[in-house]
Amino acid sequence: MASNTEFEKYKSDGSLQGNLLEWVDARFPATSMWRGHLSEYYAPKNFNFWYFFGSLAMLVLVIQIVTGIFLVMHYKPDASLNANGIPVAFASVEYIMRDVNWGWLIRYMHSTGASAFFVVVYLHMFRGMLYGSYRQPRELIWIFGTLIFLCLMAEAFMGYLLPWGQMSFWGAQVIVNLFSAIPLIGEPLSIWIRGDFVVGDATLNRFFSFHVIAVPLVLLGLVAAHILALHEVGSNNPDGVEIKKRKDVHGHPLDGIPFHPYYTVKDIVGVVVFLMVFSIIVFFAPEGGGYFLEYNNFLPADPLKTPLHIAPVWYFTPYYSLLRAMVWPLFGIDAKFWGVVAMGAGVVILAFLPWLDRSPVKSIRYRGPIFKTLLTIFVISFVILGFLGTQPPSYAFFGVIPSAPVAQVLSAYYFLYFLTMPWWSKIDKYKPEPDRVTM
Amino acid sequence: MKKLLTALLFAPAVALASGAGVHLDKAPDVQGDKAALQSGARTFVNYCLNCHGASFVRYSRLTDLGLTDQQVKDNLMFTAVKIAEPMRVAARPDEQKLWFGAAPPDLTLVARARASEEGSGADWLYTYLRSFYVDEKRPTGWNNTLFPNVGMPNVLWELQGQQALNKDHHLELLAPGKLSPAEYDKQIADLVGFLVWMSEPDAGFRKRLGFGVLGFLVVLFAVAYPLKKAYWKDVK
Repeated sequence: MASNTEFEKYKSDGSLQGNLLEWVDARFPATSMWRGHLSEYYAPKNFNFWYFFGSLAMLVLVIQIVTGIFLVMHYKPDASLNANGIPVAFASVEYIMRDVNWGWLIRYMHSTGASAFFVVVYLHMFRGMLYGSYRQPRELIWIFGTLIFLCLMAEAFMGYLLPWGQMSFWGAQVIVNLFSAIPLIGEPLSIWIRGDFVVGDATLNRFFSFHVIAVPLVLLGLVAAHILALHEVGSNNPDGVEIKKRKDVHGHPLDGIPFHPYYTVKDIVGVVVFLMVFSIIVFFAPEGGGYFLEYNNFLPADPLKTPLHIAPVWYFTPYYSLLRAMVWPLFGIDAKFWGVVAMGAGVVILAFLPWLDRSPVKSIRYRGPIFKTLLTIFVISFVILGFLGTQPPSYAFFGVIPSAPVAQVLSAYYFLYFLTMPWWSKIDKYKPEPDRVTM
Repeated sequence: MKKLLTALLFAPAVALASGAGVHLDKAPDVQGDKAALQSGARTFVNYCLNCHGASFVRYSRLTDLGLTDQQVKDNLMFTAVKIAEPMRVAARPDEQKLWFGAAPPDLTLVARARASEEGSGADWLYTYLRSFYVDEKRPTGWNNTLFPNVGMPNVLWELQGQQALNKDHHLELLAPGKLSPAEYDKQIADLVGFLVWMSEPDAGFRKRLGFGVLGFLVVLFAVAYPLKKAYWKDVK
């Protein structure tokens, strides 16, 4: 019998004959998966601070799914008004905050988790840019990552509608309206997305469905693909050298250490520190100064009362700035359309990074002054774009420098950074990479 | 009365008025003061709850302010509702809309919704409720320096007295009310404290729990960090 042969393969070390694990292993690759992904997955030993954010993103994903499951038990996606004239969806969120045991904690963890997700993902992506983690042979990991980022944006955008506050409603109204700028199909397309002529009950229900089922399913699949691809080629490291090139007699990388226990115990430290920061926000500043929970969103959605200033949540604002920077109706098509194109292109261009970067070395440690300067400017300009996205277009620095042209210049820089990379990354100076990683 | 209602009917529904560079007075923090919050609750049910609901707050929740069920029933409930029911207004929102031009907003969350870069929601409310002045040009006879052309009249005028704008556009007390300005400020501070409490009744517990959670995480760190060091001591 075939199963019997498999059975005997695992009892060479005198362990208890026929234990449960052996029984399972004969039928499911439990031990081999454990080994392949944890106890015998060799990761470079020189990971630094920047390498915490991958595992932290996984942690936040779990937090969002678990808290989300409990929120769905009490939340009602219903835009109709209750007896007190308040939308049922809005009221159900306050019901969770007040009448559900520990509901306030679950809700704050979820709302803070959304912002935390983007914080760790932005830092995780920046790590990739610092150390060239997207370079050959990790292009697919990077592409999966870009798709995860895209999914995350969709997930956050649709989730933000659910509390049905003023910013939920008007934010969704503004963003869905953007699609109406697409020539010919724009108008019917935006009605198709909303399921109505304005954002309404149909919109709320479909966003709810997408937010709790469709997008999370895709997200989980992409995360699995991201990690499988990573474990296939192995992790990059701050030196950007391939540890698989130098192996010991057992075929293990000389500069590699098993992920478990080394990085599990290390990541636990990262998790604890992260949870401290997370808890400080959840317990002492859940509104995040109006950036995590916008003040206007404590007002129920009112389709007849447009807020003076509609700002997206902070994690969308750099891309919102790209959108607003397009004010020219090129080729006779509404400028709004080009704004949407710019915003979309701003995300999609990330996926091409593996082929735009022509440097002979991966890591910033061995790259030249051009890269270091341009990347620094890129980060500063991204942060300024983010800040400007939270402000009305009329905002002026120190009350005198108008922000709109600044945002346009910085938006142009965002794209030029990527588009000219094949040229400047090639002519930049570089230092030779070492053979082995440095600690 | 009829004149007032007619006037209110034409009162425009003024959208959020957050004028640039408004100055907000700092509201005293009374969250730790049960007596002040009880006083605020009394002002709220006597003066606000006639038109504004607090439909997410059950009367029974007022026991968090150190009151018994019986005390809440005797002192703060004037209608035939049961104590587990929320603080609603008798009038329906659509009726109110017909009478006033706009239904007075639910006040449960007003202290959170009114927060801005200029100051906390408490600061806004504390300033707003002390900024009414007599204005014959307005249908209600009242206007407000923080919220120009607001639909609401100064329902607390009996307590505050009547303010007017002087030549320098500053508020001046024309006719004193039942309370001195200091007493009135205290009463408003209590009311605002109650509105803040109502906007998130669990906020106090949330912060106390936060210290416990952080304490636990510090202990966990004290275990996790040496554990990492121990495992990594041979990695060179």
